[in-house]
Amino acid sequence: MNLAALTLHVAGEKLRAGEITSTELTEAVFQRIAASDEQIHAYLTLDREGALDQARRADARLRAKDGDAPLLGIPMALKDNFLTQGLRTTAASKILGDFIPTFDATTVQKIRAAGAVIVGKTNLDEFAMGSSAENSAFFPTRNPWNLERIPGGSSGGSAAAVAADQAIAALGTDTGGSIRQPAACCGIVGLKPTYGRVSRYGIIAFASSMDQVGPMAKDVRDAALVLEAIAGQDPADSTSVKRSVPRYSAELSREVKGLRVGIPKEYFVSGLQAEVEQAVRRAIRELENSGALIEEISLPHTGYAVAVYYIVATAEASSNLARYDGMRYGGRASARDLTETYRVTRDEGFGAEVKRRIMLGTYALSAGYYDAYYLKAQRVRTLIKRDFDEAFKHCDVIVTPTTATTAFKIGEKIQDPLQMYLSDIYTISINLAGLPALSLPCGFDSGGMPIGMQLIGKHFDETTILRVGHHYEQATEWHKKKPPAIKN
Amino acid sequence: MKITAEEIDGIAVLARLRLTAEEKSQLVRQLDNILEYMDKLNQLDTAQVEPFSHRVDTMPALREDAVTNHPDPEALLANAPDRDGTFFKVPKIIE
Repeated sequence: MNLAALTLHVAGEKLRAGEITSTELTEAVFQRIAASDEQIHAYLTLDREGALDQARRADARLRAKDGDAPLLGIPMALKDNFLTQGLRTTAASKILGDFIPTFDATTVQKIRAAGAVIVGKTNLDEFAMGSSAENSAFFPTRNPWNLERIPGGSSGGSAAAVAADQAIAALGTDTGGSIRQPAACCGIVGLKPTYGRVSRYGIIAFASSMDQVGPMAKDVRDAALVLEAIAGQDPADSTSVKRSVPRYSAELSREVKGLRVGIPKEYFVSGLQAEVEQAVRRAIRELENSGALIEEISLPHTGYAVAVYYIVATAEASSNLARYDGMRYGGRASARDLTETYRVTRDEGFGAEVKRRIMLGTYALSAGYYDAYYLKAQRVRTLIKRDFDEAFKHCDVIVTPTTATTAFKIGEKIQDPLQMYLSDIYTISINLAGLPALSLPCGFDSGGMPIGMQLIGKHFDETTILRVGHHYEQATEWHKKKPPAIKN
Repeated sequence: MKITAEEIDGIAVLARLRLTAEEKSQLVRQLDNILEYMDKLNQLDTAQVEPFSHRVDTMPALREDAVTNHPDPEALLANAPDRDGTFFKVPKIIE
């Protein structure tokens, strides 16, 4: 039995039944990494020693029947924008190349306390800015389904690691689709929770009105179990919301009969790959056969979302990244005076896409342009949010494709920033409105690349999208497909 | 043109970025292209629309303003590009 291929919930059952140990499971995951990561490049930093130590402690807890947390003994990967105490954290940027955090992000503390084993830190687009993982200052990650293609971004390393069984599950962050788009590209499940559902304390900030932490997993049940472990209010994050956390995994089995499913016509337009549309429409019919009520809806401001997002996100990024001044951490260039020191340090430390976004955001916030760009974008953002408020008056969940196309080729869009931005077209409205959304596999194109379907829920109603996703999974086998064997 | 090379220079100073001539000419073209795309927002009349904000009614109450000193100053200082004992050493600010 290949232990690394197990889902989190099956591995957890075997661990608690004493059939396997966390040490065996962790060793299996590291063997898988050794066999495949030279091709995939999912990880920036591995912590084999730390992981095996955590595994031994998890085994002691399992033997003592101390706790039955679903994450106890489970090897997990973290995107490298989660601070991990004592373990290098780079955000895939040269400016943080040697940074050793002095504390754990709240979500990292939570999964550690639940007994998870931290395998290592996964690659991303620098500061989570990108849709392909090509913007990493270190190296691009490759898609386990086809090494010539991108794994998606920005959580491309986490997605590739889970798809290639290099971790049982992972955490990512999603500001404009950075969990869901790579999940779709790599054929796994990715959940962006509601804004406020999960603490961002200790996450390297990109765009604070949209950043959110979420699970990347092999199936919907796994995503539900990880969300249970990381959700909840945190005194260290004033945007996290004081609401009780449901037992998501206990609600999965309820039927979908009578559930109202909205299909936004603006998401099924030119530019959508025919095979993606066919797969999503087939999935919708599957839900209809289970008794869900399908209704076409309209989200009329969808076409403005990319423009709004790349103003708001870059404005917030330009502000958040002002802290990288080379004074207290990171590299520092030497120059003739203080201002030049800042400028040279940042010029040498940031990559092209990060500089582009800082420039765009600074421009949008600068005197004379603030009203025309930033304020205008925030007004249109209100219209986008209202579209969803209106839609959710008569439906319980909205179904769309996660991406317009399956994973594109490495190098295909890197020279054209606007084309790259447009690859987020189906995911960013959700961040602008602060809603939860789940991406799960619903087919493959003729080239063998995975297709993702997106389920969008009402604010704080992760329960319904997880339930619908789980129901769909029970009727299909897509989530069980594995990438073609990667040569040893 | 939505943006000029001179504007790029001014923004680079505000953003504390130094850009090479090549980066600058590339940015003029790329930002111009992106800003032109952003123009589509002007198709919408938003005079009566409030700018977006997250609902705050579910945000938590203020917490106690308690001192929480970092337990390990040495670990913090270990990341410093330059230090003098227990101090961060920074370039001269006033001539």
